Amino acid sequence: MRPTKTNGHFETLVVDDEPTNGVSGRTEVLYDTEASEALCARAPIGLLAELTHRCPLQCSYCSNPLELERVNKELTTAEWVSVMQQAGAMGILQVHLSGGEPTARKDLEEIVSAASKAGLYTNLITAAVTLTRPRLEELAKRGLDHVQISFQDVNEENAEHISAYPEGLRKKLEVAHWVTELGLPLTINAPIHRQNIHNVPRYIELAVELGAQRLEIAHVQYYGWAFLNRAALIPTYKQTMESIEFVERERERLKGVLTIDMVVPDYYAKRPKPCMGGWGKGFINITPSGKVLPCHAAETIKHLKFDNVKDRKLLDIWLNSDAFNAFRGTEWMKEPCCSCAFREIDFGGCRCQAMAITGDARNTDPACALSPYHGEMVALAHSEAGRPPKPFIYRNPRNATNAPKPEQRPLVPAE
Amino acid sequence: MMAEGTSPGRLLVTQETRPFLPAYLKLRHDTGRGRWVLLAPERILTPDETAVAVLKLCDGKRTVEEITEALAKDYAASVDVIRKDVVELLQGLADKGYVKA
Repeated sequence: MRPTKTNGHFETLVVDDEPTNGVSGRTEVLYDTEASEALCARAPIGLLAELTHRCPLQCSYCSNPLELERVNKELTTAEWVSVMQQAGAMGILQVHLSGGEPTARKDLEEIVSAASKAGLYTNLITAAVTLTRPRLEELAKRGLDHVQISFQDVNEENAEHISAYPEGLRKKLEVAHWVTELGLPLTINAPIHRQNIHNVPRYIELAVELGAQRLEIAHVQYYGWAFLNRAALIPTYKQTMESIEFVERERERLKGVLTIDMVVPDYYAKRPKPCMGGWGKGFINITPSGKVLPCHAAETIKHLKFDNVKDRKLLDIWLNSDAFNAFRGTEWMKEPCCSCAFREIDFGGCRCQAMAITGDARNTDPACALSPYHGEMVALAHSEAGRPPKPFIYRNPRNATNAPKPEQRPLVPAE
Repeated sequence: MMAEGTSPGRLLVTQETRPFLPAYLKLRHDTGRGRWVLLAPERILTPDETAVAVLKLCDGKRTVEEITEALAKDYAASVDVIRKDVVELLQGLADKGYVKA
């Protein structure tokens, strides 16, 4: 969630499903917190509902946790329906139905109906490879507002290498056409990394050809499976910058035709992203089993305890749970954050990245140039990007069971 | 208004344009917060009173000129000032894909 000024009469808030939606490659973005304060003072505005961790694809950059939740732990239809009702009643405005692959739930139709009746703007985030036309029509009839389809690459062979799923591209193109034929708005999600970054121009052409409203050039963020596979995924600094500059030019050229949102890889940044627009400020994430998280990587912070919608009301969890209050506001901060002029702008960056790289979630996100770990993190990125990519560890239940551990040696802070 | 952007498919808002909001945008009154919100794909816009007044008149039938005249009855500003404001507001939204014609 990030606020941007549209013109004198509007404030715009981005309520993306990314844990990292504070990041933008957009130059005109103003980090004006007024709109965010006005909307979020009362209640969160966005809900990411991870309906299942089942997925036909096995993408190595998946943002799901390494420990995938099993189907027999998933919330029931009635429990998800209750979540949607509670979300609407407490003032949440948008819901992202995601996963895993949300269409793997046979009761997706009922969940969409409940969300729509609760007044939520309902967004389906899908890999699309198993979606049928009758099912999409039924979802639209029940009030689905928006469809986002991920494209692993614009080249079939490479898309199969990335997702370990054959002929996915052909199927995705078919579904994308159905979406626009049904008059639903379409977003193309392009997860970008070193193995497809050369195709950014073609992604943009494809989004225009398909009649998409929106394209997300989403450079992979290194959490979950992506952290594990970082050496297979992280592009070089040069590739990253060239790609960002290209997208900036295209965005100007395609104004009014295609909205391009860009999430940039923060290993090469100087300032951290205002992750989630602030912890527990505007966004809630619910896992397939009903755990309520401030962001979808939050479980990597091991000392936090997460409440479940089966035990407590969503509003109660939002207001009172220890996990949501752990990093709200600025009280929890250490130096250099707590005396920093930007502390209410970027909130010290991402807690999960601070945890993953420095071992302490209260530290400054090492993406910040003021972090004593910053130099080492940048060096690590350059070094991994400069070597040939490691083979993917695909995201699947077998690899999840084998509990792979990221090979992250502890970094040593500078003096 | 910057009018140099002539990318194919870009809507340039003029007095004759008959603007409408595509079906997937939802202009909703958020009673809990006591304000209007415009819900869009992965965006929430918080229009002010003037913008809400304009958006409610965007039905695909009225022209920008007719919208301007309607607003001129309720607002103590000259038609020229209102017209300029309406065109700028709608062009900004058109460039984000939120207004069609």
